[in-house]
Amino acid sequence: MINDPKAFLKIARETPPRRAAEERVKDYQEIYLPQPIDKIKEQANRCMDCGVPFCHNGCPLGNLIPDFNEAVTEGKWEDAYLTLSKTNNFPEFTGRICPAPCESSCVLGINESPVTIEHIEKSIIEMAFEKGWVRPEPPTLRTGRKVAVVGSGPAGLAAAAQLNKAGHTVTVYERNDRIGGLLRYGIPDFKLEKTVVDRRLNIMEAEGIKFKTGANIGVNIDAKKLLQASDAMVLCGGSTIPRDLPIKGRSAKGIHYAMDFLEQNNKRIAGNEITDEPLSAKGKKVVVIGGGDTGADCVGTSNRHGATSVTQIELLIQPPATRDESTPWPLWPMQLRTSSSHEEGCDRQWTILTKEFLKNPDGSIKAIKTVKVDWKGQKFTEIPGTEVIIECDLVLLAIGFTNPQLEGVLSSLGVATNERNLVEDNKYQTNVEKVFVAGDMRRGQSLVVWALAEGREAAEQVETYFKKAWRG
Amino acid sequence: MEKTNPIPQTKDSTEKSLYVPELEKDSCGTGLIANLNGNKTHQLVQDAILMLTNMEHRGACGCEPNTGDGAGILTQIPHDFFVDQLSKQKITLPDFGGYGVGMIFFPKNERLQDQCRVLFNDYIDDLGFELIAYRAVPTNNNSLGASAVASEPYIEQVFVRPKEPLDLLVLERRLFVLRKYAIHNIHQVYPQTQDMFYIPSFSYKTIVYKGQLTTHQLGEYYPDLGEKNYTSAIAQIHSRFSTNTVPKWKLAQPFRYVAHNGEINTIRGNLNWWKSKEDQLISDLFSEEEMNRLKPICGQGHSDSGNFDNVLEFLVLSGRSLPHALMMMIPEAWQHDELMPEYKKHFYQYHKNMMEPWDGPASICFTNGILVGATLDRNGLRPSRYCLTDQNTLIVASEAGALPVDQGSIILKGRLQPGKMLIADMDEKRIIGDEEVKRIVCQRLPYKDWLKEHRTTMEELPGRPDSGMVMDIRSLVNRQQLFGYSREDLKMIISPMIQNGKDPIGSMGTDTPLAVLSHHAQHLANYFKQLFAQVTNPPIDPIRERAVMSLFSTLGDKGNLLSDDPVHAQYIHLDQPVLNAEDFTKIKYIHHAKYKSGKVDLIFVADEQKGRLKAALDHICATAEDLARNNTNIIILSDRNAGPNVAPVPSLLAAGAVHHHLIKRGLRNATSLLVEAGDIWETHHFATLIGYGVNAIHPYLVFNTIDHLQAKHVFSSEMSSKEAKEIYIKAIGKGLLKIFSKNGISTLQSYQGAQIFEALGVNREVVDFCFKGTVSRIEGIGFDGIAREVVSRHRLAFAPNLKPDGNLVTGGLFQWKKDGEFHLFNPQTIHLLQQAARKNDTKSYQAYAKLINDQLTQACTLRGLLTFRRGTPIPVEEVEPVENILKRFATGAMSFGSISHEAHSTLAIAMNRIGGRSNSGEGGEDPIRYQPKPNGDWERSATKQVASGRFGVTSYYLANADEIQIKMAQGAKPGEGGQLPGTKVDEWIGRVRHSTPGVGLISPPPHHDIYSIEDLAQLIFDLKNANERARINVKLVSKAGVGIIASGVAKAHADAILISGHDGGTGASPITSIRHAGLPWELGLAESHQTLVKNKLRDRVTLQTDGQIRTGRDLAIATLLGAEEWGVATAALVVEGCIMMRKCHMNTCPVGIATQNPDLRKKFTAKPEHLINFFTFLAEDLRGYMAQLGFRTVNEMVGKVELLKLKKGIQHWKYKELDLSPILYKEPADITVGQYKKVEQDHGIKHVLDRRLIEYAQASLEDKQEVNAVFPIKNTDRAVGTMLSHQISLLHGSEGLPEDTIKYHFRGSAGQSFGAFGAPGLAFTLEGEANDYFGKGLSGAKLSIIPDRKAKFEASENIIIGNVAFYGATSGEAYIRGRAGERFAVRNSGVKTVIEGIGDHGCEYMTGGKVVILGPTGKNFAAGMSGGVAYVIDRENNFHKNLNRELVDLDPLNAADKEDLRYLLRRHFLFTGSDVALEILNNWKEASGNFKRVMGREYKALLARKKKELVKTTKG
Repeated sequence: MINDPKAFLKIARETPPRRAAEERVKDYQEIYLPQPIDKIKEQANRCMDCGVPFCHNGCPLGNLIPDFNEAVTEGKWEDAYLTLSKTNNFPEFTGRICPAPCESSCVLGINESPVTIEHIEKSIIEMAFEKGWVRPEPPTLRTGRKVAVVGSGPAGLAAAAQLNKAGHTVTVYERNDRIGGLLRYGIPDFKLEKTVVDRRLNIMEAEGIKFKTGANIGVNIDAKKLLQASDAMVLCGGSTIPRDLPIKGRSAKGIHYAMDFLEQNNKRIAGNEITDEPLSAKGKKVVVIGGGDTGADCVGTSNRHGATSVTQIELLIQPPATRDESTPWPLWPMQLRTSSSHEEGCDRQWTILTKEFLKNPDGSIKAIKTVKVDWKGQKFTEIPGTEVIIECDLVLLAIGFTNPQLEGVLSSLGVATNERNLVEDNKYQTNVEKVFVAGDMRRGQSLVVWALAEGREAAEQVETYFKKAWRG
Repeated sequence: MEKTNPIPQTKDSTEKSLYVPELEKDSCGTGLIANLNGNKTHQLVQDAILMLTNMEHRGACGCEPNTGDGAGILTQIPHDFFVDQLSKQKITLPDFGGYGVGMIFFPKNERLQDQCRVLFNDYIDDLGFELIAYRAVPTNNNSLGASAVASEPYIEQVFVRPKEPLDLLVLERRLFVLRKYAIHNIHQVYPQTQDMFYIPSFSYKTIVYKGQLTTHQLGEYYPDLGEKNYTSAIAQIHSRFSTNTVPKWKLAQPFRYVAHNGEINTIRGNLNWWKSKEDQLISDLFSEEEMNRLKPICGQGHSDSGNFDNVLEFLVLSGRSLPHALMMMIPEAWQHDELMPEYKKHFYQYHKNMMEPWDGPASICFTNGILVGATLDRNGLRPSRYCLTDQNTLIVASEAGALPVDQGSIILKGRLQPGKMLIADMDEKRIIGDEEVKRIVCQRLPYKDWLKEHRTTMEELPGRPDSGMVMDIRSLVNRQQLFGYSREDLKMIISPMIQNGKDPIGSMGTDTPLAVLSHHAQHLANYFKQLFAQVTNPPIDPIRERAVMSLFSTLGDKGNLLSDDPVHAQYIHLDQPVLNAEDFTKIKYIHHAKYKSGKVDLIFVADEQKGRLKAALDHICATAEDLARNNTNIIILSDRNAGPNVAPVPSLLAAGAVHHHLIKRGLRNATSLLVEAGDIWETHHFATLIGYGVNAIHPYLVFNTIDHLQAKHVFSSEMSSKEAKEIYIKAIGKGLLKIFSKNGISTLQSYQGAQIFEALGVNREVVDFCFKGTVSRIEGIGFDGIAREVVSRHRLAFAPNLKPDGNLVTGGLFQWKKDGEFHLFNPQTIHLLQQAARKNDTKSYQAYAKLINDQLTQACTLRGLLTFRRGTPIPVEEVEPVENILKRFATGAMSFGSISHEAHSTLAIAMNRIGGRSNSGEGGEDPIRYQPKPNGDWERSATKQVASGRFGVTSYYLANADEIQIKMAQGAKPGEGGQLPGTKVDEWIGRVRHSTPGVGLISPPPHHDIYSIEDLAQLIFDLKNANERARINVKLVSKAGVGIIASGVAKAHADAILISGHDGGTGASPITSIRHAGLPWELGLAESHQTLVKNKLRDRVTLQTDGQIRTGRDLAIATLLGAEEWGVATAALVVEGCIMMRKCHMNTCPVGIATQNPDLRKKFTAKPEHLINFFTFLAEDLRGYMAQLGFRTVNEMVGKVELLKLKKGIQHWKYKELDLSPILYKEPADITVGQYKKVEQDHGIKHVLDRRLIEYAQASLEDKQEVNAVFPIKNTDRAVGTMLSHQISLLHGSEGLPEDTIKYHFRGSAGQSFGAFGAPGLAFTLEGEANDYFGKGLSGAKLSIIPDRKAKFEASENIIIGNVAFYGATSGEAYIRGRAGERFAVRNSGVKTVIEGIGDHGCEYMTGGKVVILGPTGKNFAAGMSGGVAYVIDRENNFHKNLNRELVDLDPLNAADKEDLRYLLRRHFLFTGSDVALEILNNWKEASGNFKRVMGREYKALLARKKKELVKTTKG
């Protein structure tokens, strides 16, 4: 296809079709069906190749979006892949699970629907895997420097990949039984099939990165010794402490953190033997507290378990269906987002405050007591007389994470944290010599794409640090 | 004798300012009278002086009306007069030819005068002469202005006789040696006499009287000239219009041989080349000792004209004939002329290796006392008219009618044609035609044989099997990285060049940091800004006037300029300067008796130690010198050997260094420079190399890159790699021509070494070593800094683990990128600005302004490095209100066509509401917008632009202006024209532009009525006549010397001057121009203010500035640097919704601004309120600064540069090396010298003829009554009918009056612009003749012109109107009984006219109307003619040779055409009584068959389509 600068005038936005909701809830497989190649090219052609590509600005990684769109339009997939992989180590992840701030800032979005950037990104990387362009490319020269990366989530993997590319010898330590962090156990398979993660890990391993699982630094491996043996250490432990809802009745059985629920499910699908108390929504009335993406993942998983009902409640106001005036283009829009999980069946409620957990006599959860709230600016007040009791058998708390785990690697190395209990840094460098930090551990809970960006940036800083040390 | 550098040491206070005296320009009126019978009369001298005073309007005066720019006269020695005068001293003069007379300017200071005289007397004796006497020349300075008097010399004549009798030629040469020797020595002994001791002439046969005078003062100042026995058969005159007013008596003209009207654009290169020739000069006529006394022949203390005269004089006295020498210096355009006789081509081909053309507009009158004549440059850009009387008196002048002559006595009237020479020989008592004189010169020696024997072409050299190296992808990327290629360079520069075969196009202005402010390593060429022609000389159109352009280059030795032997034919001829691998290898391994090549490695140790690069350059220069001394006549500078440990020396740096080193050593002329380098891929890279002296270039890396791109299928699959490279070379050639032409330079040879760049951010050490003579005003990086940038790329290239293809840097110049170059308009600032304006949100504005203003760590502009000193703060309430400030705003000139109606009219409404001025741009304006809307809103643009295309410029359009802006240049593409493709010209745009919908429009690079400063004065005069109330604003673009031009413009009576920055926006321009041409407004504005104050002209003009102005801080700095008004364009568009797509040229603007697509236009959402919010923010912001600095009004603030200083805490290493003090220089001036506009210009229109014309026409104007009257007219009556037309437009709109309402008959010689912007209802008949710009901008009037009733010459064979008639005319009729000069009906879009013969470039860019030509047509007819029709007589069936067929078809006439033609011929006969028309009509059947029709192809197709549609609809 030849690049047509007027294509955006003629072609409408079109995303790939999804499998029918009733069908897809029966399994944990990918919900999108493939889009024909010509359609993808056509969609890429809608890109206007702007003088100021706001998408590229909106993307935390700074993906060269107009460049790969052009290559896709012209059918130069390998070029597109090279362009994409310049800024993004794992497009197969972001191409699936990113909320795509790029699309919100797409210039076409001023008065039209934006370009399907995320799907194009996914198509490029899948094409690249298919054609065998993604192959191990170990560095030609090893520097002899050793770097330990603690944590194998997106930030850790990105840092590892970049440092390895620079020729350093990298080992990634993961306390869980498999590599991947949240990618592995936080995100349900229907959004990110784990073969996609494994496929990447194989490449990375073949490029020379060593992975160690069951390695909890500061707990079962001496942190100081490891640091001594390394030329640098990058902490990418994530922000893993979930936010609690400490109200009356919290001790009731059947109230779980979303991540516990999701992790167990992921392990189950991965074929692990589940030794903990099994968490299932099957035949249950489920309430998910928290209206974010994790909440949606809980909704989707619950439906797949076979819940009888799923209710998702959110304290904030229901956003408008289209971009709110307070968040004009190119800002991240305040706007109602309906995920695929919601399509699969869910009662969504807004401006609901949970007042109390009500127990059954056996101590199990019976219902939650809620009240409607009224928002005035940043503050809300309860609206008298709007109390409602929602019956339930399973409550999932999906209201975010507060901070990284402080004991363990942070405490044993003496890494300083700030008032939010996040790791304090100066250009990704902590107060401890040689120790760097990236990802949620530093910035607090955030998107995968930000984790990648942080991992890359931290690797860059390690490189600078090495150069300085070398020059004396 | 040691030669000193002739740069004048008189810079004193100008040392620190931006004013560069060397850039002063001048231009003028010239003329001569010669009685070819040799009758010496006093009347002839008097006539010449009268003629001079009648061209006063072509000269100018400074701040004082009684100080002229210079005037003078050259005559034969008035022997009888001198005998008489000296007899009063009891001295007997020898016979004529036995003595020489020197006219001497002595210093006024008596002591100094005596000192000079003592030395001079010694030299007279030393050189074998005897002093006869000194004669004090009587002078009368009563009427002179103070500044002229202040620098007035003491003038004497010296009479000397040779100690032994000499042959006349020998005598003249000896006098020449004496003059040169005396001047050199006296200036050396007493340097303060540099401008004071001067010898205007020293000859046995001619003498020059001149001075810092007005034309009227000349005769009065020199009573000698009025003496009855002061007689001469030759008088040559000159009236000067200089941009400067710093008086210099010596710069007045004539010089010893010539009087020059025009400008030598290539002067810097000519001087450099001359210097390199001087060391090789060997003469038969001058001894070695004499030669040493003569040198330097020319230099920098003189004007371009002065230098030209020096070289010409030297060539003539060394034995070449005057025409021969002139042909060497100003060759015709011979390269592509198929009609030129072979012998002439051989002559030029032979001489091209000896002398580079002195290129630029030139009308030159010359004489050596025996031969007289005149010549024009190849483009014929200055007017020159002549006539011969029955008394055998030849009169040549810039204007016809300057000397009233009895029309009955005239036997011949003509004009000089481009490249042609008119010469008369007093000995032979006759005019010798161009052809005859040139044939004699050309056939004197066997040039043809010499060329055949000695000249070599590339094809003749043997090929080599190993040419062309294949590079694997890894080495390629590695090399690309090393030389700084970015991904954008591949995508935006190299690929499009091959895909489209020309330099890529872009849009919007540049908002990235200057090279010296960028944190990204820069290509050295980025520090060099292309200069461009502006006002004092015109740019050329390299496409439509390709015939005058040439890319020829040569390799080899140039030899002794003074010899006439075959050796000069010994050179390798190159069709163009870019060598492919095959050709390069031929040269590299050349094995030839006459040519020897040698290589110099351009490498330095890449270990980051200081001094490495400079040491390498020293070595490179020494090696090159060594090679040159060992007869290597082709030196190859190559960076091939750069590698992991050695970095490449930037080829530009090395080439400049070697070029200047060899000049210094006197070796440059003996060798040629060939560069083989990896850092050459953009047109600008090639241009800089050639501009600094390189002969040929092999850009190997770009060829390897093209191989790779081709392998990747970036180009069409049918294209081979070889073809791709050929296209690339062609594209570079076209790009180079464009760069040359924007300077008004036609040939590569004269561009070569001409150094037409300004360095920005390069320190003095580097400039002096490598780019000597280049203007560089704010210091900047040095050798170590340049090395640092190279090494940073080198590190990247040789870093381990480089991944092929993936790792080229992003670039980010054309498209904002996170890791790319910084942009001031980036996602954040665009968003905040839009938010602020749309929501009237002060906080967002402040956040935006902070991001823009805070340039401490990343500076983008020079003003970003400045900050304010502490003033005496006042409460903000005391500052003048916002409303006052808003009136000072203008929006940029953007045409309806480049932006949508919605975007355009919203700007207009907003500006009208706040009392500011929006600008129509160059696309005309829909008259509907002249009437306010019912709600009070007004879509009328207060400023109407007049640009080179003159689209829609009618009397009515001009009448509806508060301000008329003459666009001399545009920041994004100074020196270039534009093009609107036919697809974009819809019904609406076509109507508004007075052109045919569907037919493309071309704006020429120059205004064809402005080739020099006095032409601009004329246009200002025309426009002032066209609307007396409108302020005339002249838009200039910043460059070194713009202040000097601004002074000239102020003297040309502009009311306002706009200094635009290089970064202004554009709808479509070559990327090269957007990035590399022009300079920041900070420099241009500061220079203009400084220079205007220096010349005491500042208070006559309003100074305005624009170019990426975004915040109140920008306004405050602009005001302190001298601007009282500001233009905002890009930011205003961003407020309207622009998101800097940079795709304006593609009509796809997704926010409805830069598009005409109705669907896209609907997406436009901005309201006038948004703009008003924004301008109010700006004004409030400025008030804040004013309060802080203590200014109550803007006027008080203008030019208070002392309140600015350099910011503290600047960290970046590059910024620290800058010196901005010249910008912050305050021109000292006492309180009487105004710092802002206070004084109204005197436009000289109080007593114009039109006042009477209007008076007589009252009844017509009021009641449409018919009126008839007769008026005499003379050449000083200019723009006749324009003011009357303005009255018609005011009262009757575009409709005007009914045909023939005002019938006036004029008799005499009309001045320039007769009938300009003539409105409907006028019917003027002119009996006599007219000068240039006849019927310019004609808007509906009817003009006829016939020879004087007494004239005896054949009307159809003589010239009756001048150049550039009907330029930009939109409607009306005209009948001309006689011929016109060059560029007839250029950009005509509606006039119907019949004429009996025209010069070159007829109907260029014509878009409509009808032209009938009953006689000969010149060359290049119909170039760029997209619309309209011409019926041309073609009896000999050879017209096609003169036709430029790019856009037109030549067809026989069909029946309808014939009827059309017949009707026009009948009218022609009716109004002029033309016998030619009558004869054709009488033999209609046969005669009509002699005509051919010329019609735009696009237009023809359109008509055919319409006809078809019509048939369809009638059928349907």
